[in-house]
Amino acid sequence: MNIRWESWVGGLGLLMLIGAHYAGLFVAPPEAMMGDVGRILYAHVPTAWVGLLTYLVAFIAGVGALLTGKAGWDAMVEASVEVGLLLNVLLLVQGSLWAKPTWGVYWTWDPRLTTCAIMVVAFGVVLALRKQIDDPARRLTLSSVATIVAFVNVPIVYMSVKWWRTLHQNFSSPDTVSSSMVTPLRIAAFGMLFLATSFVVRRWRLSLAQLNAEFEAPDLPEPSAPLRVED
Amino acid sequence: MKTVLDVLWKDALIEWRARARTVALLSFAYTVLLLFAFAIGPDAAALRQHAGAYLWLGMLLCSTLLLDRTMRIEFEADAIQRLLLTPVSAPGLFFGKALSNTLQLWLVGLFSVPLVIVVCDASLVEHVGTLLLTIALGGAGLAAPGTLYSAMLARLSGRQLLLPLMLFPLVVPVIVAAVKTTSLVMLGDPMEQTDSWMLLLLCFNLVYWSLCGVLFGRVVEA
Repeated sequence: MNIRWESWVGGLGLLMLIGAHYAGLFVAPPEAMMGDVGRILYAHVPTAWVGLLTYLVAFIAGVGALLTGKAGWDAMVEASVEVGLLLNVLLLVQGSLWAKPTWGVYWTWDPRLTTCAIMVVAFGVVLALRKQIDDPARRLTLSSVATIVAFVNVPIVYMSVKWWRTLHQNFSSPDTVSSSMVTPLRIAAFGMLFLATSFVVRRWRLSLAQLNAEFEAPDLPEPSAPLRVED
Repeated sequence: MKTVLDVLWKDALIEWRARARTVALLSFAYTVLLLFAFAIGPDAAALRQHAGAYLWLGMLLCSTLLLDRTMRIEFEADAIQRLLLTPVSAPGLFFGKALSNTLQLWLVGLFSVPLVIVVCDASLVEHVGTLLLTIALGGAGLAAPGTLYSAMLARLSGRQLLLPLMLFPLVVPVIVAAVKTTSLVMLGDPMEQTDSWMLLLLCFNLVYWSLCGVLFGRVVEA
């Protein structure tokens, strides 16, 4: 059986995530302020990092598609936006689950949360736009442009904790976090990266096959001549 | 630059000859503002507190009607192809159309301010020039991405749904900054925050106008 390389990478990512979450739940100390609730950081932070990284891939693929017009880049736009959207939604769900015991509510109109929710719509609309356009060349151009413009949201989300007063935690660095917490966090981040890479590559193959089938599809036959009544 | 002015002049002529549409747009802005005021009720303090938000939500809703209309006329009977064959460069066309949309949004803003002041019992505590600058930058910040998106969607059947869906998430920072600055002008600015919000508006304008100007050519080609 021929197993593609991305399956191995995805499997490795999954194993790393399991190991990191075991360490995060049972080995690492509880967070000083939040206690056990803070352990969600081993899932939440990698999801955020890899989600934003996937959108960066979508942006680069969008630029590539516009410059070259090649279906491979277009397929990568579709694949990375889809996986990025999945991670973004997961991020919001994890954040809400964490917010309830910490802030007392599942949702609050905090700048980081709001900009993140807006990012879901901005990239979700790219997929909706793709479904509206039948012509592959037009779809490539317009969805690439929409992806590039939607990417403006990413630095806004990243910088929102700096630009506005927010309840969300500010940037952390390994210097301010115990090493027993940093190690599982790093393993979880790489695990999530490998898993997302696997998803993106698998989706890219599927999307590319669909696009190639569209390009290769034969034109519809000419309509038959209308019936004419002989004099 | 001449191309930009030519496109701007062409749009101004079209709007002047179809003045009823502009009047309808302004009427819509007034209606929206009145509806916000009715929804809140006679709570004068709440109305005053949120007057800036009503002004900008009204502008945002008007922008979708305006942007869809001004770009649709270019795509009717493939007029845009003839325009590009004149020849008009794509960046020239973008900046001309975006400037034309900006001017019309300024008009909506300037018409809405007196109504907001009357209906919401708001007053201009800070300098009126700050409010005018906010309307100028806020209107421009809505017009640039709106022009790009309306061109992208002009040929699609679902454009009236997709345009606000694509535009609103993108212009949230512009709306937030414009609402905040307008509220500071109307309610006072003891912490002197106006300049930083204005700077944010200016930065987003620079990003949107340059990015959309670069991408517009590809959209028109498609």
